[in-house]
Amino acid sequence: MSAAPVPAKPAAAGPWLDQPAARALMRRHRLRWWEALPWLAAIGFYFAFPDYLGFGSELLIAILFALSLDLALGYAGIITLGHAAFFGTGAYTVGLLAFHGIWTEPITSLILAALAAAVVGLASGLVLLRTRGLTLLMLTICTMALLEQAANMARDITGGFDGLPSLPIAPVFGVFEFSPLYANTQFLYSLAVLLLCFAFVRTLVYSPFGQSLTGIRENILRMHAVGSPVRRRLVICYAISAALAGVAGGLWAQTNAYVNLSVLDLDRAATVLIVLILGGYGRLYGAFVGAVVYLALAHFLARFYPTAWQLGLGVLLVLIALFARNGILGLGETLLRRYTARRAAP
Amino acid sequence: MTEVRLETQALSRHFGALRAVQDINFKLGAGARHALIGPNGAGKTTFVNLLTGVISPTGGRVLLAGQDITAKAQAERVKLGIARTFQINRLFRGLSVLENVCIPVAERLGAASSMVYPAGWRTDVIEESMQLLETLRLAAAARHRVSELPYGRQRLVELAIAIGLKPAVLLLDEPAAGVPSAESHIILDAIERLPQDIAVLIIEHDMDVVFRFAKRVTVMVGGAVFAEGTPREIEANQEVRAVYLGQRADHA
Repeated sequence: MSAAPVPAKPAAAGPWLDQPAARALMRRHRLRWWEALPWLAAIGFYFAFPDYLGFGSELLIAILFALSLDLALGYAGIITLGHAAFFGTGAYTVGLLAFHGIWTEPITSLILAALAAAVVGLASGLVLLRTRGLTLLMLTICTMALLEQAANMARDITGGFDGLPSLPIAPVFGVFEFSPLYANTQFLYSLAVLLLCFAFVRTLVYSPFGQSLTGIRENILRMHAVGSPVRRRLVICYAISAALAGVAGGLWAQTNAYVNLSVLDLDRAATVLIVLILGGYGRLYGAFVGAVVYLALAHFLARFYPTAWQLGLGVLLVLIALFARNGILGLGETLLRRYTARRAAP
Repeated sequence: MTEVRLETQALSRHFGALRAVQDINFKLGAGARHALIGPNGAGKTTFVNLLTGVISPTGGRVLLAGQDITAKAQAERVKLGIARTFQINRLFRGLSVLENVCIPVAERLGAASSMVYPAGWRTDVIEESMQLLETLRLAAAARHRVSELPYGRQRLVELAIAIGLKPAVLLLDEPAAGVPSAESHIILDAIERLPQDIAVLIIEHDMDVVFRFAKRVTVMVGGAVFAEGTPREIEANQEVRAVYLGQRADHA
């Protein structure tokens, strides 16, 4: 799309670039030491909790799904409650290919899942992204409901309500098998896919394109007035976000070895939104924090209060909405700023 | 007149029976300092919206440097050199002052669609934006979130975003609106320091600003051009005094 060459890394800074504000912008994309922590924690988890690797894979997939939503919702400000449309497209792509014996190689299947979801994202985005706000929200739900009904009615191909059970997934690199009893392969495979996708998203949000998405989120009318091709950027962003959600869905199908209508339902779309709001949207790591907190809470609350565990999540969400609009990470940032300000004060 | 930058021919916009803008023939030359005045509801902002392509006309044409741009979308017109500011600030509120200016500069330099390298490597964008902030005496506030600035300074950022586009034609919709009079001089100073070559059209209610800044004045009433001339001619025009200046004096 852009023919502009990649600029050389700046060698020497001029007087303007020496200003603190300019230096902050020039350094913003650099890796910080703490960014290694989630990955170290994941490897630690692998060795510390070998019996919980199935749960771990679920967590990694939830992070990837929330990350894809963050790109659309948190960065570009696209209000959507239908992101499961792309998760489901990815899951059914993997599921249909495997179930009908067409294609079972996992990595290429994921790429196909991403492409299929991107096509759905592109096609629906071209129409939906002409609208804003509540209209957009409703249309995203409609798109998802249409796909869900299509999957339900095409019973001969998709298995309808029963879904596609016992998917045969080939070993990763032809060596590492997906065992239904031990989820070691599933966990490490999901971790590797998440790492790759995260590196991609991180590059994207710090790129000039990512910055322009932030501009669209902050003031779409002004973006038109500075000559930005707003709709094209939104559609591209939406398609990329859809592709990532498709990868998450494909991973879900592979690690669970089945697909059913739940991958396309409103429950899943609402859950990923809650995960992102809990963690904090528009900040890259909100997906990680949100997914960990949500799944951990759901796990423990369901154990202690099997009948009313969702009540606990509801209360937490109300508290977040009242006192921490920017999620757990946003709350953390505010507290940290207050603490450093107090220490700086005499 | 020198080289004509922007021209309208019989430009009209009707909203049903309301003739918001009617048969306006208007020329803006390179280096123009032109004021557009008129009572509330005279169609001044509608006229600017027609020039920038926010709304399309029901009749007539808009020409930029002789080229017919009537059918062109807003973003295309910006690429061709028309920039504007808004009567009510339209800033990127959650971003820093520097980022607010980097957005139009990146857009103009064609950086903003690149996905593969960090924005921080486009030092040309950052450097130019810092320089622009310095000329507007905003450099010291570059790191601040724009919504934390006092309103007068925010108005200056509003202006900076438009200047960052290096326009050939700049349309200013009441640039000092809402700014306390003690601070309004910083806006006016900034406007006076604009590069000479830019053709500037300013919508303004404050006659002191008009007379200080404009070399020509157009008076709009009821969607049509009522009078045009130098500030002195307009001030001396009895009819203009009756419909606009006098009326304002009564209110004051």
